[in-house]
Amino acid sequence: MKLNALNIADARDALRKRDVTSVELTQACLTAIDQADTLNAFAHKTPEVAMDRARAADQRIQAGDAPGLCGIPLGIKDLFCTEGVPSQAASNILKGFKPEYESTVSAKLRDAGSVMLGKLNMDEFAMGSSNETACYGDVVNPWKVDDRRLTPGGSSGGSAAAVAADLCLGATGTDTGGSIRQPAAFTGIVGIKPTYGRCSRWGIIAFASSLDQAGPMTRTVRDAAIMLGAMSGHDPKDSTSADIPVPDFEAALTGDIKGRKIGIPREYRMDGMPAEIEKLWADGTAMLKDAGAEIVDISLPHTKYALPTYYVIAPAEASSNLARYDGVRYGHRAKLDAGDGITEMYEKTRAEGFGPEVQRRVMIGTYVLSAGFYDAYYNRARKVRALIKHDFDEVFAAGVDAILTPATPSSAFGLGEMADADPVAMYLNDVFTVTVNLAGLPGIALPTGLDSAGLPLGLQLIGRPWGEADLLNTAYVLETAAGFVSKPDKWW
Amino acid sequence: MPTIDLETARRVAKLARIRVPEADLPQLADELSGIISFMEQLNEVNVDGIEPMTSVTPMRLKRRADVVTDGDMQDKILSNAPDAREGFFAVPKVVE
Repeated sequence: MKLNALNIADARDALRKRDVTSVELTQACLTAIDQADTLNAFAHKTPEVAMDRARAADQRIQAGDAPGLCGIPLGIKDLFCTEGVPSQAASNILKGFKPEYESTVSAKLRDAGSVMLGKLNMDEFAMGSSNETACYGDVVNPWKVDDRRLTPGGSSGGSAAAVAADLCLGATGTDTGGSIRQPAAFTGIVGIKPTYGRCSRWGIIAFASSLDQAGPMTRTVRDAAIMLGAMSGHDPKDSTSADIPVPDFEAALTGDIKGRKIGIPREYRMDGMPAEIEKLWADGTAMLKDAGAEIVDISLPHTKYALPTYYVIAPAEASSNLARYDGVRYGHRAKLDAGDGITEMYEKTRAEGFGPEVQRRVMIGTYVLSAGFYDAYYNRARKVRALIKHDFDEVFAAGVDAILTPATPSSAFGLGEMADADPVAMYLNDVFTVTVNLAGLPGIALPTGLDSAGLPLGLQLIGRPWGEADLLNTAYVLETAAGFVSKPDKWW
Repeated sequence: MPTIDLETARRVAKLARIRVPEADLPQLADELSGIISFMEQLNEVNVDGIEPMTSVTPMRLKRRADVVTDGDMQDKILSNAPDAREGFFAVPKVVE
């Protein structure tokens, strides 16, 4: 097997046994990255940083000090600020921005000895479900079944494509409405969004602060457990990061879920759901039942209001967070005409720097927060959000341990196919994932089958707050039962 | 169904500090109207007596002593500025 195709767990064991060095692993990944420019997954390559860290990791391993991720080559989503390395949220407004600091999550990964290969493409400011809004251009899904180029999903599309194409062993993603789980499902990999507060948001370019969470994207559930452990933990610099212990997620993978209650929410059975998705869901349910879980039908009555709630709250928070991009402290500033004052500078800079989807969301957010509409839209949405969370609270209080749903309403679609659709049609991609962000819960997507065209399909498991260990174990059982081993054929 | 007229679209763009050419306002108004009408579903929900959600699990925000913990890095703070002079961010003239 090629070194860049190793799982994190296998690479870790090989590194510790000195069967391989981090330099060798890293070189294999860098070569694979250079051969995959067609996929456009990496927006900024950092081979020098990577080789320096690989050599340092090899020394650490030699010295017998090797945390799980020591020497493991990873990709970092462009949303994470990385010291001295371009970090621009795939936006022209942050063109040239090189942070003087490192985000907490990427610093934890760095300090654990992992190797950063570069910055991964994404939807601009994480706003999108198809990775077609990036200033770097579209990311292409490594899965291909006909002449079309397919979307890897979004917003963590570069992360998903890179992991699926074996360009790195794992990658960071972020998830505000499904941005880890939807691309994971579209590319046949594993992605977990942890409980809100599990990972520090410090140094991650903010989209919607009450919804954003970082998480790992990997090829196996075990790898997700290893990487999540290294990314998690309290950070005084993020007042919403939880000061609670981080369990050993990998040790929780016992493969035993006997007696666990798995809820199947009836409201997720959408009108017009493709038969293939229905079958995938039923098969997954049967697998968990065979493993000894008890299956119960549950109701989450406010599910249908999750998308409209999200599309009030997320743009409202975005309009506030993105107010800082004004051409003064970092990034792009428009060329001004004679007589232009500071207001013209703001307006021209933001018109030039933000792409259409970002502009649209900033303006929607501005509208719902403006005088006269604040109560009608924003406060109402916050209350409906409380009801959505209450639905989950009731189900968990009734003894349900995890909830099984489809991850996405379809498999990956073609790039450009949604270009003429109205924005709301694109938002429907998040229909199964967005409730989890609104309620702050952990959710994991994993591949469990292929559709008739041969494209991967994923299921989602939703867990209790702070129950990632249990959730990962349930996902591990499903992963083992599904036995998904398909990989995209290399065409790039 | 609520619609966003040209005047509202112009005002929202102004509030958001994003320059939108006059010719683009009709399309913007259409798009915003479509999204806003999608949100109207929320009016079906009875939210009487419901408190807005504040956190996932009841948690007290951390407190710390109100002291300076960081600073003295003017160069780093200015290093990404499009225009910085004499230790300050520079912008077009604000006051005549």
